Amino acid sequence: MSALQLSRVTKVYGSGAAEVHALRGVDLCVEPGELVAVMGPSGSGKSTLLTIAGSLEEPSGGEVNVGGVGLSKLSRNERAALRRRAIGYVFQDFNLLPGLTAAENVSLPLELDGVPVRAARAAAAVALERLGLIDRAGRFPDELSGGERQRVAVARAIVGDRHLLLADEPSGALDSVNAESVMRLVRESCQGGVAGVVVTHDAQLASWADRVVFIRDGRIVDQTAEPDGPESLLENAAR
Amino acid sequence: MSVRHALLALLSEAPKYGLQMRDEFERRTGEIWPLNVGQVYTTLQRLERDGLVVSDGEAEGAQKSYRITPEGATELATWLRTPPDLSSPPRDELVIKILVGIGLPGVDVHEVIQAHRRHVVELMQEWTRIKRDAAADDLSLALVLDAELFRLDSVIRWLDAAEGRLRRVGATNPSRPAASKPSATQARRGRERVAR
Repeated sequence: MSALQLSRVTKVYGSGAAEVHALRGVDLCVEPGELVAVMGPSGSGKSTLLTIAGSLEEPSGGEVNVGGVGLSKLSRNERAALRRRAIGYVFQDFNLLPGLTAAENVSLPLELDGVPVRAARAAAAVALERLGLIDRAGRFPDELSGGERQRVAVARAIVGDRHLLLADEPSGALDSVNAESVMRLVRESCQGGVAGVVVTHDAQLASWADRVVFIRDGRIVDQTAEPDGPESLLENAAR
Repeated sequence: MSVRHALLALLSEAPKYGLQMRDEFERRTGEIWPLNVGQVYTTLQRLERDGLVVSDGEAEGAQKSYRITPEGATELATWLRTPPDLSSPPRDELVIKILVGIGLPGVDVHEVIQAHRRHVVELMQEWTRIKRDAAADDLSLALVLDAELFRLDSVIRWLDAAEGRLRRVGATNPSRPAASKPSATQARRGRERVAR
């Protein structure tokens, strides 16, 4: 069963002369453990695709399935519960709550979902430990570096039993070394069985994915092929 | 790449044997540029002929040890600080293909751009896989991989910019732009002035 399946998804904003077709019949399937990058320029529809995949927005047409569950069949409350339990988001600007510590930011989605505080904090500690941030657990966002804040955002996205990780330009304004660390973490989460979708215009970020799909004017126009394996590249370099 | 200067650099640390230099060269270039031992010995012979290294003269082949001369050290120092020629744009085949594709009947240049973009991203995925599996302490390999990924990234950025420009002029198949020869000539003249 696919972790995420978009079938003929469309999204139209406005109406009449002001009508904007952000997505025009998008099909996309992401398997558990797979990391897919969606690459396209500004205005190509890639962020809309992500918000619809994460049920933050409803499509105008088509169907979205998360873990085999059709989102259109769920009530508003059921969709909110699915978002809290199953879907993790990483945003470009981190979106951490400034009044909460790193640990509280990470445990918040679980607490909102009714997980007892003690259990939620324990799960947050596990996520922070995985990202090498356990010694920063009690710090507030403004006491952390940009790289640390983004790692907290990734920890919040993978805490608990999430099986879909959605990221919009997850390295934000980080320098290339910190951006690479973020992508390594996203990659490792996927190796643990989480399905990941990263939208970006940055080819270096996209190249961490198993598959890169290219979006233009609300349509997926192309995707990368299965790899030959790195050996072939080294053989070329040797020639 | 200058094998000659790479060998001088290795010898500037201490006297070494040919085989040892081959191994060190490969390790320090992230094993991306293999070097055959024959090439090492031929280069060492030329360096010796030019007075930039001397051998101990007695042993043969693999047993022969080399050390750098003061002239060799000067040559190395000069080479390290001399910028490679970046002043004139290379004849980039990809750039030429896109330029030629604009306005050709029956060719959608956006499709051509996307075909190249996909291929370059696939290459970047392969290099990134090598990076992912590399040992965390292999600094040479990390630097070589970064260089290759940044180079390919710049190709993607150029393709993106080219596509953006073509869209702005509002055509998938625009007529050939007005002769750009004067500006190219001006650029060349400008470079010549700087060079003088």
